[in-house]
Amino acid sequence: MSQRVRNPFIAKGVRRFGRSKAYSRSGKWAVKTKGPLDAAPAEETTVDKTFQGGVRKVPKQKQSRYYAAEDVSTPLYSRKKNTNPQKVRESLVPGAILILLSGKFRGKRVVLLKVLDSGLLLISGPYAVNGVPLRRVNAAYVIGTSTVLDLENVNIPDHLNDEYFKRPASANSAEFGEEADAGKNTISQERKDDQKAVDSGLLQVITPPVKAYLNARFSLSKRDYPHQMKF
Amino acid sequence: MPHQKKNVQATKPRLFVKAKITGYRRSKVKQYPQWTLLKLEGVNSKEETDFYLGKKVAFIYNATKRKEGNRTKVVWGKIARPHGNSGAVRARFQRNLPPKTFGATARVMLYPSRV
Repeated sequence: MSQRVRNPFIAKGVRRFGRSKAYSRSGKWAVKTKGPLDAAPAEETTVDKTFQGGVRKVPKQKQSRYYAAEDVSTPLYSRKKNTNPQKVRESLVPGAILILLSGKFRGKRVVLLKVLDSGLLLISGPYAVNGVPLRRVNAAYVIGTSTVLDLENVNIPDHLNDEYFKRPASANSAEFGEEADAGKNTISQERKDDQKAVDSGLLQVITPPVKAYLNARFSLSKRDYPHQMKF
Repeated sequence: MPHQKKNVQATKPRLFVKAKITGYRRSKVKQYPQWTLLKLEGVNSKEETDFYLGKKVAFIYNATKRKEGNRTKVVWGKIARPHGNSGAVRARFQRNLPPKTFGATARVMLYPSRV
């Protein structure tokens, strides 16, 4: 971020160039006045109205007589209503093989299927290869390797989105006295079917050397230094 | 049957870099316990520390009492900036590390990843 400052301070409150010099250096004198880019015709805001005394221009829309007596409060900033989708690193391309850095499957190499709207990554082992199911993963906890599979012919269904993976809210809010769910995670048939559908497509793209790669777990050894590694 | 060497790397992969806790940031007579200095393995110059900036660090130790069947405790921190020219690094932990930890090993995780 080393942009040259056009008119730096040379002492407290004293700039290098005076007013006229600064103006000529800024180049503003060279810019010809332009009309509006979209030459939309200006809307008529006034209307002729005849009064007893003559004709006068009157605003088309009369100002409202009412205005709020107290300040109208603006809603507080809500992180949930995120209109800007998170941008994800360049290396995280659909089809890229990732190394998971944390969690149950740490060290496993998995295939990135797509980037979800929330910014999380949708991955699959595939399950048949290394036991990692269809899952969401945070991009910060993942290393993107340079190995990228061609997922052009692999169909990833659209219904696999954030809503699909969201944990049911009722899981933790069991009422007092009621038996809380034993915590047994029964995997729905829908999940199993989706897993099979996606994996069958992936397995066609995965050649034996790639399969061996996905099977192997990443681990740092004695003289492995990540800052010297090329992923 | 000969003793089969279990592939430990497969089951317990090492996904962190070892770092020695060398002390607090300090001058001759004044020290700043907020900042602990770490010497990462294999990192020997300021340029090499760039990869590790922002990474989470864990100082892991054992307590005497078992809580939930586990004695292991962690103090988490972050690598904030390089320290000097030879690859040392300044880290800030959630609670300042006690001087007892100097010479001990901390784990520098590979996340948040920027690769």
